Amino acid sequence: MIDFELSETTKAVQQMVHAAAEQMMRPISRECDEREHEKPWDFLNAMWGASRGVTMGGGDAPKDGQSKPKGPSENTLRACITTEELCWGDVGLYLSIPNSGLGGAAIAAAGTPEQKKRFLSRFQEGEPKWGAMAITEPGCGSDSAAIQTTAVRDGDHWVLNGTKIFCTSGLMAAEKSKGFVVVWATLDRSAGRAGIRAFVVEAGTPGMYVTKVEHKLGIRASDTATIVFEDCRIPLDNILGSAEIKQSKGFKGAMATFDATRPIVAASAVGVARAALDFVKETLATNGIEIRYGAPLHTLTALERDVIEMEAQVQAARLLVWRAAWMMDNGLHNNLEASMCKSKAGLVVTQVTQKAVEIMGPLGFSRELLVEKWMRDAKISDIYEGTQQINQLIIARRILGYSSEELR
Amino acid sequence: MVNFKPTEEQELLRDTLQNFAREVIRPQAREADENDRIAPELVQKGWELGLVQAAIPEEHGGYGGTRSAVGSAIELEELAYGDLATTMHLVAPRLFTVPLIVAGTPEQRAAWLPRFCNGAFTPATAAFVEPVWNFDPRKPATRAERRGGDYVITGKKCLVPLADRAAAILVYAKTDDGIGAFIVEPGTAGVTVGPREKNLGIHALDTFPVTFESVRVPAAQRLGGEGASVQALIDASRVATAALAVGVSRAAFDYARDYAKERKAFGVAIARKQAIAFMLADMATEVDAMRLLAWEAAWRIDKGLSATREAYLARHYAAQASLKIADNALQVLGGHGYIRDHLVELFLRNARGFAMLDGLAIV
Repeated sequence: MIDFELSETTKAVQQMVHAAAEQMMRPISRECDEREHEKPWDFLNAMWGASRGVTMGGGDAPKDGQSKPKGPSENTLRACITTEELCWGDVGLYLSIPNSGLGGAAIAAAGTPEQKKRFLSRFQEGEPKWGAMAITEPGCGSDSAAIQTTAVRDGDHWVLNGTKIFCTSGLMAAEKSKGFVVVWATLDRSAGRAGIRAFVVEAGTPGMYVTKVEHKLGIRASDTATIVFEDCRIPLDNILGSAEIKQSKGFKGAMATFDATRPIVAASAVGVARAALDFVKETLATNGIEIRYGAPLHTLTALERDVIEMEAQVQAARLLVWRAAWMMDNGLHNNLEASMCKSKAGLVVTQVTQKAVEIMGPLGFSRELLVEKWMRDAKISDIYEGTQQINQLIIARRILGYSSEELR
Repeated sequence: MVNFKPTEEQELLRDTLQNFAREVIRPQAREADENDRIAPELVQKGWELGLVQAAIPEEHGGYGGTRSAVGSAIELEELAYGDLATTMHLVAPRLFTVPLIVAGTPEQRAAWLPRFCNGAFTPATAAFVEPVWNFDPRKPATRAERRGGDYVITGKKCLVPLADRAAAILVYAKTDDGIGAFIVEPGTAGVTVGPREKNLGIHALDTFPVTFESVRVPAAQRLGGEGASVQALIDASRVATAALAVGVSRAAFDYARDYAKERKAFGVAIARKQAIAFMLADMATEVDAMRLLAWEAAWRIDKGLSATREAYLARHYAAQASLKIADNALQVLGGHGYIRDHLVELFLRNARGFAMLDGLAIV
């Protein structure tokens, strides 16, 4: 039965997380944006204590290495709800929270029970740790089948060589904690996508170096690293999935991670959009300007039309996120819907935050307020975890029934 | 707990209506549009689906189903996928019966609802829209003034479906205490049904201007009695508009998608070109977004929550998105889309109406 009511548990979690976003993230939001590469350790330690063990894909990291219990749950949806709240607080800080991150999501989606236990159980205990995912290279982004980083077997090891860029929390995962980096590499360049596999590289492994931390338009509180692999040797059983090239499952398995993570990333976009929308509405309310829902066009001010449009767009994006998450939670294939919510939310947050700056006028342009920061933070949602265009491509293939060969 | 799956009953009905829309409604859509007329046989077939009778309580001769705004939204989408004008004709009696079911007094229900439980299509309607550019549903110019035991209604309405044959018209008018809805029989002195209207879209739907000149109705014919608010009905009509827009948009999207897979240019199907494929991808996403917004507003109505804001946002969104989707669908067909051999120009003309056609259907 169609229902838009969150469960009581999820609502309670939402309230708690919202309070954390308001009290712990907002007060340091500007400061962490300005001091780009300094880590707010008080906040990070507090979040590590509070959110230990949660993987980005939504499920709790299995302590015993077993996979998630079968049957419907609200885990992915709840992860989307908490992500929206945290990103309402500050998306840059959200991205810097110690957890297994996208790398953890890949392991949760494609790893064996043994691998899940070996790599994910550490997020339940000890010092703060980060997991990261390294896909993008200087010469390829969306076209991940064109990856040049190689993995060559040498006895009991894989030997990795190549350069990865734009790796979120890469510095923390590779060098500053006992985390790991999940690296996409090819077993055979001539095999194209069939040769792509993901490998888990433990922090501090010799041959893995962070060579650069980027300076960015937004999400400055989050480190975005370049990681170089030079004859980096890792154990054979650190490969996710089969090493058999004929089994195209390897690449598909890695791509399936996106079905779990795209709704979360889209939810983060909704959070930023809502931050801007809430701020605009509060400012208008404080100044006695009321939004008249249902009033006819000729009585609406341009401002009211803008705000109504923003609200409708944000809610549309949010519901698309919820649906994709709900499908995940109910074991339904959500590849199409995950891309739909991601492409929509990325565009919406970009437009809504730019409009918010416009509405707030010179105050919106000023760094006194957070509105300009939200606009800068927003744009990455339209790019990472699949650009809007890549998601359009995925949607188009799905609705047209075309393979990646038929629609390039 | 959040759930995006309709009930089994709703899915069953959806499938039935989907078939009806494809097999019965769609094949006559062009002819109906060109001739400004829907065949009575089709209307009768539609009546036999029980769309009007379903939510009428058993004590009044109906099927006694629960009125569900979500269910109605699903129905309207499916039917409108076939053709908008035909759908609006088939469900026009609900403009009268649904308000009675949800807000009528026991006397009003007992007096009127049994008339809609016959074997033959029973026309009834509502007079909501007014023929002015600055129509405001919250401040209709049509007035109902209390005089003794009666109300006296004066004003002009337009876009009243089936007014020439309706057994009753529910007239929305300004009162001293807000806005009221009044049960008016077309034969009442002072009621004049004007010449059939000609509109940009929904050609096949018979709509009329109706003038009310000092029309006197007993106070007992005010829907729900003295002081009853009609805001919930306005909300329900907006959700209906949004749901109809989803159906038309999905029709336009499907049409363009199928065409794009057939039509070749530069040696391949045009759907294999990103410029076309990405338009189609956005159309598919927007159809889903519209539907979710409509469902959410409908769900709030069913839960008894305030839905004024959500219904307005859903309709606002649907009106804009459907226009864009239909326009893009036409663009995918290029010159062929402009020709009346194809249905997309009809979808576009119909889509243009959703920003101004609240009150012509209800969930």
